[in-house]
Amino acid sequence: MANTTPLYALHRELDAKIVEFANYQMPLNYPSGIITEHRQVRESAGLFDVSHMGQIKVTGDSAAESLESLLPTDLSTLDVGRQRYSFLTLDTGGILDDLMISRFEDHYLLVVNASNKHQDFDHIAGSLPADCTAELLDNRSLLALQGPLSREVMSRLCPDLRTMRFMDTMDTEVEGIKCQAFCSGYTGEDGFELATNYDDALKLAQLLLDQTEVQPVGLGARDSLRLEAGLCLHGNDIHPNTTPVAAGLTWAIPASRRKGGSKSGGFPGSEPILLELENGSSLTRVGIQPEGRAPVRAHCEIVIPTGESIGEVSSGGYGPTVGRPIAMGYVKSTYSHLGTELRAIVRDKPLSVKICHLPFVQHNYKRH
Amino acid sequence: MSDLRYTSDHEWARVEGLLVTVGITDYAQDQLGELVYVELPAVGTTVNQGDEAAVIESVKAAGDVKSPVTGTIVEVNESLNDSPESVNNDATGQGWFYKIEIADTSELENLLSETTYNALIAEPS
Repeated sequence: MANTTPLYALHRELDAKIVEFANYQMPLNYPSGIITEHRQVRESAGLFDVSHMGQIKVTGDSAAESLESLLPTDLSTLDVGRQRYSFLTLDTGGILDDLMISRFEDHYLLVVNASNKHQDFDHIAGSLPADCTAELLDNRSLLALQGPLSREVMSRLCPDLRTMRFMDTMDTEVEGIKCQAFCSGYTGEDGFELATNYDDALKLAQLLLDQTEVQPVGLGARDSLRLEAGLCLHGNDIHPNTTPVAAGLTWAIPASRRKGGSKSGGFPGSEPILLELENGSSLTRVGIQPEGRAPVRAHCEIVIPTGESIGEVSSGGYGPTVGRPIAMGYVKSTYSHLGTELRAIVRDKPLSVKICHLPFVQHNYKRH
Repeated sequence: MSDLRYTSDHEWARVEGLLVTVGITDYAQDQLGELVYVELPAVGTTVNQGDEAAVIESVKAAGDVKSPVTGTIVEVNESLNDSPESVNNDATGQGWFYKIEIADTSELENLLSETTYNALIAEPS
């Protein structure tokens, strides 16, 4: 039997189409539908239940250096009250999972993908020294409020959040409900994620849904929003067989962890990854613009006009904001230049596609 | 009483003499979600009962329309190329896919009545 989040009854009450995802019963969409929900987030504010995601708390004197032995990041530059994107790497140079790591006064919090949370926890807990502890917080929930009006909504309910900037975090209370707030998300829009105790989640969700700007949004629109924003989905666009270099995620590896840096290497797969950073990868993740109206979906083969296979789509679908099909995928690096004309094989037919810039929709993060 | 007949694959067929208009049911469009792309057959092609005659893509997934009868495509609903959402808004009206001239009217006996179809979709999946 699949797990449920504290909002399951609310999703049912709101007449959501429920699907099983990462062993959780989750809302795919509500009666308004994926396209309407997608637009809601681009134009106003949408509430997502992402309580299925994993929250891993790491404490201990050597927590920072221990985590640095797993993540190609530099935690000496992560201040209390800040969050950062990183990933767990494997000895092969592949990506075990991607995550957000936040520093609080007395601990680090890692938010990881739902499908990987138990594996990630075992991986982290198994490598920590005796003075550190890792805890998979299963008595927690996570809500995301995303969209241009989410700041207005949160400022009204919790004035503390008004001045938060992209990737800021804080402990706060929203109308008496204790939260850890994160100014981030997975849509490309300004927004917040709020981690609460399991028992408070329903009350918080109802409070947010009572605001006129807010509508509930399911996993369907979450996927189309992140695809338009060019953000990777672990399991599709990045996985144990893709490297950070091929995936174009080297911006998340600071100079101090690279060759010649003060803390060079020292994470799983650092040798192949740092070598690839110097020499380039054979494959590159690119934006793919189908020229016609037919969506080009994950696993479609990408070929050059002579028919030779040079890659594969990793995520694809319809972008409601851009109003046309969009995709991303991996191609041999020699074919990764903007504007390169290729074909994607859809139902045995070659459809014209072009390598394009990512993201498809500009990010609207509040950085300053 | 509806003049429509149905397939267990969720197509409907409206029979007027030898001409059969084909579409997908309201239940099917609701399950698929918002359609974003429709690929119609070419006029003049012949299809067999149960063959894939059209392709549909929703925001969620790809699917197909299987022809309820054997025959020759005589007309397609070109407006779906620009407005695939017509299928969501009016599945058994504006959202029709194609008209086919039926080759063998005895095939109609394989189609379901509205009562039988409604019982089929009422079963818990």
